[in-house]
Amino acid sequence: MTASVDARTTDIELKLLIDAIFHRFHYDFRGYAQASLKRRLTAACERFDCATLSQLQDKVLHDPETFPGLLDYLTVQVSDMFRDPAYFRALRERVVPHLRTYPSLKVWVAGCSSGEEVYSLAILLREEDLLDRTLIYATDINTGALRRAEAGVYPIDRIAGFTENHRRSGARTSLSDYYTAAYGRAVFDKSLKKNVVFSDHSLATDSAFAEVHLVSCRNVLIYFNRALQDRALGLFREAICRKGFLGIGTKESLNFSAHAQAFEELDREQRLYRKRGDA
Amino acid sequence: MSAQPSRPGVSAVAVGASAGGVEALIRLLSALPADWPAALLVVLHLPRDRPSLLVDLFAPRCALRVVEAIDKEPIVPGTAYIAPPDYHFLVEAGEAGEPPHAALSVDDFVQYSRPSIDVLFESAADVFGPRLAGVILTGANDDGAAGLRAVRRAGGVGLVQDPDEAHASAMPIASRDAGADFVLPLAGIVHWLQSQHEAVSP
Repeated sequence: MTASVDARTTDIELKLLIDAIFHRFHYDFRGYAQASLKRRLTAACERFDCATLSQLQDKVLHDPETFPGLLDYLTVQVSDMFRDPAYFRALRERVVPHLRTYPSLKVWVAGCSSGEEVYSLAILLREEDLLDRTLIYATDINTGALRRAEAGVYPIDRIAGFTENHRRSGARTSLSDYYTAAYGRAVFDKSLKKNVVFSDHSLATDSAFAEVHLVSCRNVLIYFNRALQDRALGLFREAICRKGFLGIGTKESLNFSAHAQAFEELDREQRLYRKRGDA
Repeated sequence: MSAQPSRPGVSAVAVGASAGGVEALIRLLSALPADWPAALLVVLHLPRDRPSLLVDLFAPRCALRVVEAIDKEPIVPGTAYIAPPDYHFLVEAGEAGEPPHAALSVDDFVQYSRPSIDVLFESAADVFGPRLAGVILTGANDDGAAGLRAVRRAGGVGLVQDPDEAHASAMPIASRDAGADFVLPLAGIVHWLQSQHEAVSP
């Protein structure tokens, strides 16, 4: 009995903390999925030396150093380059032939975190000889992560995994063509980000900002509850041009969304969708 | 062994397994009837970089419906949900009148594992409380011990495979030492799960 009361108390503290962050810093986590948010915040309690979420709330409100660190706990997902190689292979085979027909292209990587997905797409587009005519919008709510994304520097010990993924994605080149290794780090080629705009954007509070041919937003929607998922998918629906493309994470689904009808499946397994002509 | 009369039947059973787990899970899952009145939530540690074949392996051998957990999918009785490789599998409470649903995350590894048994058990304990049973099977690490503690703290039942019988004993030992309600051979665990059927059936 005590245990369930404790769990309820934690839920109340969680809600109050999230509200406090929204009112004080205008970051809106109110529509985030509870279970993983709670796990992250519980881990943050340890990191910031707080016994309870209420103590963490106190610290967040009164100690200006705390929030930026907490934001990393709440938002940063470390992804691999070419995570799910089959997704990138499907992009090459099913989407790129359509993209070729446009004289200029816009791609939106929503929730780009530290940039692995951005560089993966840039390399793929370069291999397909499309990068020069493409503008990539890379957005995230965490400006620290955006700076890391823009830097394009990753620990060298991650490169072996990236290389193997890249190879399995149907690569036409070697990943080593795109980075320089020095001092235990791999620095990705500046030319890859020549046409990338890194910018601060929230799927929870901002609007669509451009018309794009492809949105790639993978393993971001899993952090949202259904209402916020619907909001984000609504933005994608608005941003994607007529018969444009959407890619989501391979364990995410449009089936539970109000916007499911606006898209048709292009590759069911790899979660590639095409916006319907009348949507 | 029969269910204790004072307990409500379980709504969900969370199962964690690692080394040697495929065989143990086949025995467990295949013993349950299609109309078994709870949901099964399964984490099995696997190599992270290839598609899981577990559903193809389990489904033809089971009367229960066996699926890979997809984000936001409702969790209903008579179905076994398998964690996809390289994602944490969590449970999220349903909004007003809706059943709980599956939630996934790509948060960091917990105890070198993703999916992590602890992550599943802790979130399922939050949602199902006393209507959850946690089962720890064979494995060579100690993932699951903290999770099983959370299950029991929330009023649920903790079952652990007898380490002497398990293919790998480290995981059952760690969970047993952290506290369990029953330490049973696999056949006993299967029997306990089947008795949940009788406990709820008219």
